[in-house]
Amino acid sequence: MLHLETEPELAPAPALYSVGIKGDGKEIQGATGLKDYSEETLLMLAVRDDRDKKAFAKLFAHFGPRLKGVAMRGGLSSGQAEDVVQDVMLTIWRKAHMFDPSRAQVSSWIYQIARNRQVDIVRKENRPLPEALKAPSEDAEEDAGQVLALEQEVTALKEALAKLKPAQREMVEKAYLGELSHTDIEAETGLPLGTIKSRIRLGLEKLRHELDGIRKS
Amino acid sequence: MTINHHIPDALLLDYASGRLSEPFALVVATHVSMCDECRARLEAHEVAGGALIEADSGAELSGGLLDSVMAQLDEPVEEAPVYRRSGIFPAPVMEALKGRPPKWKPLGRGVRQQILRRSESGSVRLLYIPPGQAVPDHTHGGLELTLVLQGAFSDEGGRFGVGDVEVADDDVEHQPVAEKGDPCICLAATDAALKFNSFIPKLMQPIFRI
Repeated sequence: MLHLETEPELAPAPALYSVGIKGDGKEIQGATGLKDYSEETLLMLAVRDDRDKKAFAKLFAHFGPRLKGVAMRGGLSSGQAEDVVQDVMLTIWRKAHMFDPSRAQVSSWIYQIARNRQVDIVRKENRPLPEALKAPSEDAEEDAGQVLALEQEVTALKEALAKLKPAQREMVEKAYLGELSHTDIEAETGLPLGTIKSRIRLGLEKLRHELDGIRKS
Repeated sequence: MTINHHIPDALLLDYASGRLSEPFALVVATHVSMCDECRARLEAHEVAGGALIEADSGAELSGGLLDSVMAQLDEPVEEAPVYRRSGIFPAPVMEALKGRPPKWKPLGRGVRQQILRRSESGSVRLLYIPPGQAVPDHTHGGLELTLVLQGAFSDEGGRFGVGDVEVADDDVEHQPVAEKGDPCICLAATDAALKFNSFIPKLMQPIFRI
């Protein structure tokens, strides 16, 4: 069995990735691309491509306690929250082939799976999911420029979150991580995948501006 | 296909957070399957949710949890059936239909429906409206989401073609009329019983469970 205190070394970058040069020969991020990926992204790629259990255990050590924390603050008991942790981590192991770092961070994928599990636990309901886009392996080679651009936008979003006043932060957390009740509702895809990726970043940019707006209000 | 009427951002966030009940979640998931713009906005919300998880200070896990999960990694898993788009029905609708074609029930004047889910929290159905035909005039107590899968309809809120979703709040009285051409097929969710405003449909309401 693995012991986390021995800190397994980061899995070597899979040779599969040609970073930097796209099919059309246009240089994107030079050879620096992969080492600039976040640690969680690299671990998840090792799980996806090499079925690396040490990398998985590191992801568990990173996300497990955080997942339990947010699930409990979302109204679950300690036992239910650990069920969520277990299910979510097993799902990312089993569905690792679906991971596409140019569209989603490991954490956003984890968020989506965790909320599905919570809907199931709290309301005994199935949450219908959108049709999956092509798995990344069927897609053209991974585009390091897209991955890094997404990571940069996420970093900016995290900074905007960190700058919120406590009450504002609480409001945002409640919207994304709050208890699930459904009484408070107030409220051929023709485009190439590349367009979706840039639009996710536009969406993030918009969210970040909204957070800035909240902060100034 | 040009989509002009999208899912409002507040509803996308409610979907992302899991707060939306199943009938509405089915409409959102189906629209997102057809609309790259809303898919991107949804995924942005999920990234934000992930960033909040990242920032959490965390809670201590029970000692054996990691071992228990590691021990399950190589266990065989029973794969859940994967539903695919079939004709005009995107995968989430096919899943609600359990992979079978709809079984239409007549509602009168050529209008047909199949209820997909019904619970205390609301209901979601497929509606079939013949070309040129009006859906009986109705109001509803809460939110109504109507997504066009085939054909088009128009009402006080504008024209709705394939992929467009109409969001109607309480007390909106509207009378959608299907365009000439193909029959209009919609996926419609409500969180309260529809109330028809003419005498006969009102009598039929308990029979058809609208």
